[in-house]
Amino acid sequence: MSDLTDISVTEALVGLAGKKFSAVELAKAHIAAMESARALNAFITETPKLAMKQAIESDARRAAGRAGAMDGIPLGIKDLYCTKDVRTTAASHILGEFTPTYESTVTQKLFDAGCVMLGKTNLDEFAMGSSNITSYFGPAISPWSGKDPVKANRKLVPGGSSGGSSAAVAGRFAMAATGTDTGGSIRQPASFTGIVGMKPTYGRCSRWGIVAFASSLDQAGPMTRTVADAALMLRVMAGFDSKDSTSVDQAVPDFVTALGTSIKGMKIGIPREYRIDGISAEIDNLWQKGAAMLRDAGAEIVEISLPHTKYSLAVYYIIAPAEASSNLARYDGVRYGLRVPGENLINMYENTRAEGFGKEVRRRILIGTYVLSAGYYDAYYLKAQKVRRCIRNDFEEAFKKCDAILTPTAPSTAFAIGEKQDDPIQMYLNDVFTVPLNLVGLPGISVPVGLGSDGLPLGLQLIGRAFDEMTLFKAASALEKAANFNHKPPFMAGT
Amino acid sequence: MSIDQTTVVKIAHLARLKIPTEEQKQVAGELNKILEWITQLDEVDVTAVEPMSSVNDVPLRWRDDIVTDGDKMADIMTNAPAKTADFFTVPKVVE
Repeated sequence: MSDLTDISVTEALVGLAGKKFSAVELAKAHIAAMESARALNAFITETPKLAMKQAIESDARRAAGRAGAMDGIPLGIKDLYCTKDVRTTAASHILGEFTPTYESTVTQKLFDAGCVMLGKTNLDEFAMGSSNITSYFGPAISPWSGKDPVKANRKLVPGGSSGGSSAAVAGRFAMAATGTDTGGSIRQPASFTGIVGMKPTYGRCSRWGIVAFASSLDQAGPMTRTVADAALMLRVMAGFDSKDSTSVDQAVPDFVTALGTSIKGMKIGIPREYRIDGISAEIDNLWQKGAAMLRDAGAEIVEISLPHTKYSLAVYYIIAPAEASSNLARYDGVRYGLRVPGENLINMYENTRAEGFGKEVRRRILIGTYVLSAGYYDAYYLKAQKVRRCIRNDFEEAFKKCDAILTPTAPSTAFAIGEKQDDPIQMYLNDVFTVPLNLVGLPGISVPVGLGSDGLPLGLQLIGRAFDEMTLFKAASALEKAANFNHKPPFMAGT
Repeated sequence: MSIDQTTVVKIAHLARLKIPTEEQKQVAGELNKILEWITQLDEVDVTAVEPMSSVNDVPLRWRDDIVTDGDKMADIMTNAPAKTADFFTVPKVVE
């Protein structure tokens, strides 16, 4: 591992500005690291030539005094973002060799700020999963390995769906990466791999050019090794876009200015109902430790109640598949992607979709089709939408008493590849603490706080008010400072 | 409300997904397990609660009714799995 791959984005920008190293050197170090880490299967498509071209351009801009906010920073881009002239797969067979002729708004913003793309990172197929196991291109593997005897000799999941991004950032072969979060797909993998994952408020980042899963829940966000990097990167990614009708026209503050400021008097809510059955003593202890850290930093801890939270997963598994079944209707083998012949048009559709979609995606399309079908719409879909509002009302009440909420990010540390695969509901439970935020659109950030007894990272989640990411970054930076998480995974690229 | 094999065939057709006969029973079982788990929502009293379809309660934005995009035929055809000249081709639909 070279020193250049172990520094943060913030440190790299200082080094670039001070001419300690060039963007080309930074890109070369990361390309070598990425190539040495292929066993983790974190990238679906590597783009070293593009990275070198962008790095050369970055150095030229810097020399001319025109460097952008993230000029020269090498990133992994989740392969759910459409990238012009670079194959975009959503980790599905059905997109085939689909190569967009346009650039997603968020990646365009990152490139406009000078970022360098190392490649497209692995994910669960269409972002549907919590393990990265459902990828058509095979699972991504965590750079962590546990000391637990059961896990020690097994490959662990990097979480999901943004598993390639979390593996690459934790494994030091991308300096940061983009993720998307529909039910926890940025925060849970961040917790599993000991990094920071931020899901902003719904509407903060444009969804334009990101392959749609569940449009009322999907949000883009940064995955980084520090809270400061997340603040810096979100500022670049965020902003109004007329091409996304749900994009919100609000000024994007300079989140970095929130970092390290005092949280004295800030009220942090602890939802009593989040002590769900089956939460391990270990997670509970970490949670209390996190609350104590924030209290020591000057915050006031208050108990709050979110009584409908326990229904969030059930609501999610109606609404997300319903929206997905509708969004994924576009994959019909006619205009792009895979086509499997059939004797007539209907057969061609059915064959294409049967072969093109993996098992979990097919399951969700069927559930979504069922809950939207005549006779069942009211009982399932409409009911879920009503409970969704009850969940939101809970949060509105809670935020009358506090400024941010602290919870665990995930109910466990990373599990091994092959675990939890027989029962979809067991897998769905991974998102129990993260899903409610997507349903109500609130921002959340996972900060690595400690290691479990199995030697694997555990994160805590902070939840903020809509469009109040400033408070969230303030609290997250205090938590990061107090936790001082400096553990590194056993696998670091290039070592 | 339990899903049987006939329902699986029906919704699979609605979703244009071919499910081989030998897998239909298993799929029905999996879907039932999920739907059974979802019935926990019956505990919640939602009388007088308005359904929530989006987190943004504001009406969608309006824009001027003018052409802002277009002339992208070449782009649109680039990824076509089968085409003839500037047309996507599909199996014959008219006898």
